[in-house]
Amino acid sequence: MAGAVAGRLGGQANAQAHHRFDATGEAPWVRYTLITVAVLFLTLFLFVPLASVFYEALRKGVQTYWEALIEPDALAAIQLTLTVAAIAVPLNVVFGVAAAWAIAKFDFRGKNLLITLIDLPFSVSPVISGLVYVLLFGAQGWLGPWLEAHDIKIMFAVPGIVLATIFVTFPFVARELIPLMQAQGSEEEEAAIVLGASGWQTFRHITLPNIRWGLLYGVILCNARAMGEFGAVSVVSGHIRGLTNTMPLHVEILYNEYNFAAAFAVASLLTLLALVTLGIKTLVEFRARKETEEAAPERPLASLQGQAS
Amino acid sequence: MPPSISLADNPPPAAPRAPDSSATRAPRNPSRQRFTVLPGFGLSLGFTLFYLTLIVLIPLSATFLKTFTMTWDAFWTSVTAPRVVASLQLSFGASLVAAIVNTVFGLVVAWVLVRYRFPGKRLIDALVDLPFALPTAVAGIALTALFAGNGWIGRYLEPLGIKVAFTPLGVVVALTFIGLPFVVRTVQPVLEDVEQELEEAAASLGANRLQTFQRVILPAILPALLTGFALSFARATGEYGSVVFISGNMPMVSEIAPLMIYSKLEQYDYAGATAVAVVMLVISFGLLLLINLLQAWTRRHQSGVRAALAPEAPATGKEF
Repeated sequence: MAGAVAGRLGGQANAQAHHRFDATGEAPWVRYTLITVAVLFLTLFLFVPLASVFYEALRKGVQTYWEALIEPDALAAIQLTLTVAAIAVPLNVVFGVAAAWAIAKFDFRGKNLLITLIDLPFSVSPVISGLVYVLLFGAQGWLGPWLEAHDIKIMFAVPGIVLATIFVTFPFVARELIPLMQAQGSEEEEAAIVLGASGWQTFRHITLPNIRWGLLYGVILCNARAMGEFGAVSVVSGHIRGLTNTMPLHVEILYNEYNFAAAFAVASLLTLLALVTLGIKTLVEFRARKETEEAAPERPLASLQGQAS
Repeated sequence: MPPSISLADNPPPAAPRAPDSSATRAPRNPSRQRFTVLPGFGLSLGFTLFYLTLIVLIPLSATFLKTFTMTWDAFWTSVTAPRVVASLQLSFGASLVAAIVNTVFGLVVAWVLVRYRFPGKRLIDALVDLPFALPTAVAGIALTALFAGNGWIGRYLEPLGIKVAFTPLGVVVALTFIGLPFVVRTVQPVLEDVEQELEEAAASLGANRLQTFQRVILPAILPALLTGFALSFARATGEYGSVVFISGNMPMVSEIAPLMIYSKLEQYDYAGATAVAVVMLVISFGLLLLINLLQAWTRRHQSGVRAALAPEAPATGKEF
């Protein structure tokens, strides 16, 4: 009986909290006004723009929509976007895991400075992210003359786009993993090492399973930003159709040519990518919460053992 | 910081031997607070510093070095040109308005999501992050289509004499969209942590709901609210993709600073572009510093509240 009651209360934690709150809760009219304000604000700034992308894309029919996507320049843009993400994302994943391992598992001086530096690309305007590479590799840049003499093209070519994308998406995986690995501590890894596992074994069998959901979200967010980056890529790409046009740049060109249906058709693909990203994020949070709940009963025991030893 | 310097000098090549070297180095290192058996310190920190230097630090310092090739007069002239000043004013002014709008409505959204139950709440909670994930160019063309004179929203505003697309107001709309998740996502977890006992105590001592909010809840969430405001503001100042479509880019009227950099680059005025970029970088690094201080304040505040409540609430036990 008691168990059933507890289960019901647990399942309705929110309702119960709300009920208990009534003594200090807001009057119904305040509650409904606030909910209305929030929903109206989000409708205006989120739901309507989201719906309009698909509406504009399909306005001239499915045929036009499909033709806009299979046109050669669009296909080239899709291919380039996928290529750039396929290079930039794995590099940033390796970096993110390495940075999180160093920062979360070890103490060293200058750690806070390092975290701030990793965050730096967040606070830099995308246009400036592109500019820094133009200044470095452009014709008038520091390395420009040398690159030209050796016939290496970075600016207005794919390497420049990849570099700018790496810069812009640099912090995503690291930022996702650092707090997660800090919260998990390193007892489990230490136990594995003491029991004779090698460093890579420990990482593969202990750390990776522990961080897999956070890592997945970091990867998927990094990927969404890599595929959607506009400002930085726009500066370094040179907008050569069929060669250095990514999907967002292709959207811009079509839009500026007043080919709205085609622009929104390509944009709708990017929007679907964003929605899938948010879907995976929701799933990851759900799984993480479930795992914490499952692991929760063991926690007090572990802490007791810790105190006893 | 002896360890990081020595590691920075020999990054990935040290890879295969890293476990041993870190294990033997650990006891000798006075800056390390505790001994750890974990391997990979040299490898992971070395690679981190190597990659950070290559991708971020060298390119960014190249920008600052570029300004040193200009004379101070040339720098000052290009930064104080009326068109540049107007673009900086618009970028920071519109970002400020957008950040204020987001702070007010973001607080309402966070409050509603934490405290109330209503249909569609899960969907809203999931979609608040949309501006993080949606490419800015897509946001730009969608908002422009909506707010143009014949758009879904624009057609109702136009008769009222409100023009949004191709005006500074359009810039504010785009920046509001871009900064929307920040306040919600920084305030939400802090609001969830506010101890309900404190509110009950306030109520039992005779405070009405508004007083409780002002005196008890607001002080608790204020650091998070300010952090969200600063994040939203910082993100908005650099925003480019969503703004260029909706602003119309009229010089002196609706031209933002990142676009100023962009058009100077297109005219091969590298020095001029760099000068504007450095002004923006200095301001955004200042903002980053402010955000870090605010976040440290948030953490101190939270742990302070927890410590104060610890005797009554031992069950929260997240001590280690």
